[in-house]
Amino acid sequence: MSVRPISEDDLHAYVDGALDADREAEVRNYLAAHPDAASRVSDYAAQREALRQALAPIAEEPVPSALNLDRLLAERRKPQDRSWAIAAACAFLAVGTAGGWIARGFNMPAQLGVSGLSQEAVDNYRVYAADRSYPVEFTAQDRGQLSQWISVRLKRPVTPPDLTSAGFRLMGGRLAATPHGPAGLFLYSGPGGGRLEVFVRPMRVDQNHRMTERAYGGLGGVDWSDDGMGYSLIGAAPAKELHPLADEVRRQVQSLGA
Amino acid sequence: MNDVKRLVEPLIPALRRYAGVLIRDRDAADDLVQDCLERAISRWGQRRADSDTRTWLFAILHNLAVSRLRQKARRGEHLALETVGDSAALSQAPDQEHRLRHAELMRALAELPEDQRSVLLLVSVEDLTYAEAARVVGAPIGTVMSRLSRGRERLRRAMAGESVPAARAHLRRVK
Repeated sequence: MSVRPISEDDLHAYVDGALDADREAEVRNYLAAHPDAASRVSDYAAQREALRQALAPIAEEPVPSALNLDRLLAERRKPQDRSWAIAAACAFLAVGTAGGWIARGFNMPAQLGVSGLSQEAVDNYRVYAADRSYPVEFTAQDRGQLSQWISVRLKRPVTPPDLTSAGFRLMGGRLAATPHGPAGLFLYSGPGGGRLEVFVRPMRVDQNHRMTERAYGGLGGVDWSDDGMGYSLIGAAPAKELHPLADEVRRQVQSLGA
Repeated sequence: MNDVKRLVEPLIPALRRYAGVLIRDRDAADDLVQDCLERAISRWGQRRADSDTRTWLFAILHNLAVSRLRQKARRGEHLALETVGDSAALSQAPDQEHRLRHAELMRALAELPEDQRSVLLLVSVEDLTYAEAARVVGAPIGTVMSRLSRGRERLRRAMAGESVPAARAHLRRVK
């Protein structure tokens, strides 16, 4: 009985232990007679073992809380509630388009000061921090380019604060639009995967304003302004917990200006 | 939904590892895994009865990872040749020679084209069969075998210190 010729595929299947016993014996015989192939196969086997060993620790790390399946399952159950919110938003939109022009200027005072800034920061947080694919335009790797871009558009030197000591890693940032012109937006990723936003733009009103804490549903915010530059920090935590981070941002900005 | 927890939860560490090594950015990889889990939960009912949960999840994740890599390449983003596994492996390697060897292996792995790296990981590290790996990457088994063969040979030469011209050409193309 003649043996089927040994193929390259057989050699790999041999390395991966994917052959049946008969074929495995045939390959073993072949390798015994062909030292070049045998040395290659032994390298492949060593490589396979080295990869498994090198990458094993990743699978032993604790799973980040953002990947907690119970929470993801619980969130999945919410959409029923959301459909009402969408219906309500559509109704509001319909009324809004009809009444919009009349109402303009009456019940929508232009929010120029830090409260306006805070609202803009929240709006942008809801759009970008929730974005799983492209939350930022420039990643932290391109921090220099990011700073330069935002500084040019805001006509002020702006650099993303470093919050690593508080456990927040810079993801990157982008330019954002507000009724008062461009703003800089920096996003950070926290220990549990939670995202934090630092939002900055020049202020014409409230050029120097004390720190103010705000609550927006599940989000908290702290905002202030110094020397005509407004800052708002938004995160998925009560404002009280965000306050130390805001203090740190302010400290860094002031030390840069000094 | 109890099924989801029972069948999916044990796979999360392997999914994190696969995405992390494939796209070479651990944080972005966790975002992809989250996306993958959300999709798996919402499409749980549409899963084919005969399909293996692990293969199905790896396929969802693989598609997300590949489209992310393509978007990054299209946007001309710099693909850093870094770090995945470095820290984990390095901290456990017993001595300097091992550490260097590990670092070299990770670098060689990072320099493989994505299609070879994915097959190599699925087969060598994640223990998928060739047929399962073919389903995950959406290619015929023959293609999977030739990617595996080319990937292993390229990695072998890189580790033996031979230059690998094809890998360099590929990297230039990506940039």
